[in-house]
Amino acid sequence: MASERAIEISQPGLATTVQDRGRIRYYDLGIPQGGALDQYSAELANALVGNRDGEALLECTYLGPVLRAHGSLEVAVTGAPVPVKVNGEERPQWTRLALADGDELSFGYIGGGSRYFLAFSGGIDVPAVLGSRSTYLLGALGGFRGRKLEPGDVVPIGAPANPPPGDTVAEEHRPVFGPQQQVRVMLGLYDHRLTERGLANLTEQEWTLTPVADRAGLRYDGPGVEWRERVQPFGAGSDPSNIVDAGYAVGSIQIPGGTQPIILHRDAVSGGGYAMVATVISADMDVVARAAPGTKTRFVPVDLDTALVARKDRAQRLAAAISSLG
Amino acid sequence: MSAPQTLPAQARYTWGGDEFLFVEIAEEMSLPGNLRAMGIARALAAKSLDGVVDICPANASLLIRFDPDVVAPADLETTVRELETATQRQSSTVLSTRIIEVPVWYDDPYTREVGARFREGYHQDPSGNDLDYAARINDLDGAAEFIQRHHTNPWIVSMVGFVAGLPFLFQLVGRDKQLEVPKYLSPRTDTPKLTVGHGGCFACIYSVRGAGGYQMFGIAAAPIFDPAQKLADFADSMVFFRPGDVVKFTPVSEEEYRAIEAEVAAGTFRYRIVPVEFDTERAVADPEAYNATLLEVLRGK
Repeated sequence: MASERAIEISQPGLATTVQDRGRIRYYDLGIPQGGALDQYSAELANALVGNRDGEALLECTYLGPVLRAHGSLEVAVTGAPVPVKVNGEERPQWTRLALADGDELSFGYIGGGSRYFLAFSGGIDVPAVLGSRSTYLLGALGGFRGRKLEPGDVVPIGAPANPPPGDTVAEEHRPVFGPQQQVRVMLGLYDHRLTERGLANLTEQEWTLTPVADRAGLRYDGPGVEWRERVQPFGAGSDPSNIVDAGYAVGSIQIPGGTQPIILHRDAVSGGGYAMVATVISADMDVVARAAPGTKTRFVPVDLDTALVARKDRAQRLAAAISSLG
Repeated sequence: MSAPQTLPAQARYTWGGDEFLFVEIAEEMSLPGNLRAMGIARALAAKSLDGVVDICPANASLLIRFDPDVVAPADLETTVRELETATQRQSSTVLSTRIIEVPVWYDDPYTREVGARFREGYHQDPSGNDLDYAARINDLDGAAEFIQRHHTNPWIVSMVGFVAGLPFLFQLVGRDKQLEVPKYLSPRTDTPKLTVGHGGCFACIYSVRGAGGYQMFGIAAAPIFDPAQKLADFADSMVFFRPGDVVKFTPVSEEEYRAIEAEVAAGTFRYRIVPVEFDTERAVADPEAYNATLLEVLRGK
């Protein structure tokens, strides 16, 4: 038993799930993309232990797990700043750590952000479902038995690959987990349904992330917005923020009732009847994923060309961080 | 009551960030709008364009996910606009689809219990239940008449989404016969699996247990999402419904519901499914007469 490569969960933490790059091509069936919420941090965790990018790892939310190594394993912890402990002794984050058979890995309180990632050399070895090992909780699909980890779970780890020569991600390549964020968005979808003042509130005022934030969506508090008054189209519903149910872009922002904007993230429902007025650009989805409740946020409108440049820039930054490990 | 209107000459194109193209066929719901969204989706799928990741037809719109590293957004938009024009010109209005009988236990104890738990602060009429409320605001005699109206005429799956495999359904009747109810004032945190819900003019079947804002009228007897793919009807896909499926709800008693439950547990349950050529022009021109022929197809006459 002990020679099998696995991790045994002593305490599961608040919401620890298996995630990878995500499950695409099933959105038309209502199955969300899922995947690690902060993909940049997740990919660097994989790179540190020599995994292919997109390998399955653990995503921990706020309160992390306590787990025990079966067999000798290498692990890297990236994402939100958190004290990492091996057998109670503090170890650094953003670096490759060796675990001997029976070693205990545990965590302190996070010092910003909301999610951190644990990649093990060889990856979490659960079956891929519809092309992904990500956990889709609502559908009880993928991941470890389609659910969050629970005490006593023994989670298999795959055969290790060769790790890179470098064992630490330099400071300059690590993301920032601060109390303030600028999130670039593209206006569109149903933004014409807001009044000028509503639109100005969205893009010029400050918004604060509420505690109502999870893998499906993040709800913000602020000055609210105004919807244009009008006769609602047949089938849409009576509130001016209602539309005839439509597909939801991942990253899109809806404002039910005009009060609190909600950013739909990787596990969000795939469609519904609330008007979306802007969409977080793909390069900044990781930024949103790093927000903790209370984070002051400004939504900065950009155009499509700017979004495409930002997308390339993010890819180049990630590639540079990975290649810096050698 | 207003008659269904003609569709706008051109759809509205807009971006959902740098990975989504959104095409709004019309602001309001109608069968022709829904069928056009499906038509463009099918035409785009047939092109197998590199960089197109997901094609999600919806009630009166279409959401396309793409990889801008593979296909330039402007090129994708040009292609979809061409397909939109071609779809408008198509003379054929026949959709090869299937008609499916879905057994429903209306006014069941499961949705009644959850409905009773979410009244004050959630519901427009905390004193009653969802069925009585829906009957009243549709000027019907009571729950029994509402249930009758709900299952007499068939529905078309106008969109799949929200959660895995959840169908939105649009009843194949004229606008003056459409059943309309608002969503809950605030969404519930619980909805029984397989609840038959209704919001706006749309019915739905909740594929999994979870949050929901639609009024609750009954519970479907057999699964519509089966990740383990145990039942024969799920051999090809863990999701049962596809856009364009025609659905006939059939009321069942508790006894019949329990019998179906046992068949599902034994792995022997099969839905009644009959292939059908759905003639959209006839469906729009005289829904009730056309529905009679659809139901004959289902009954094998």
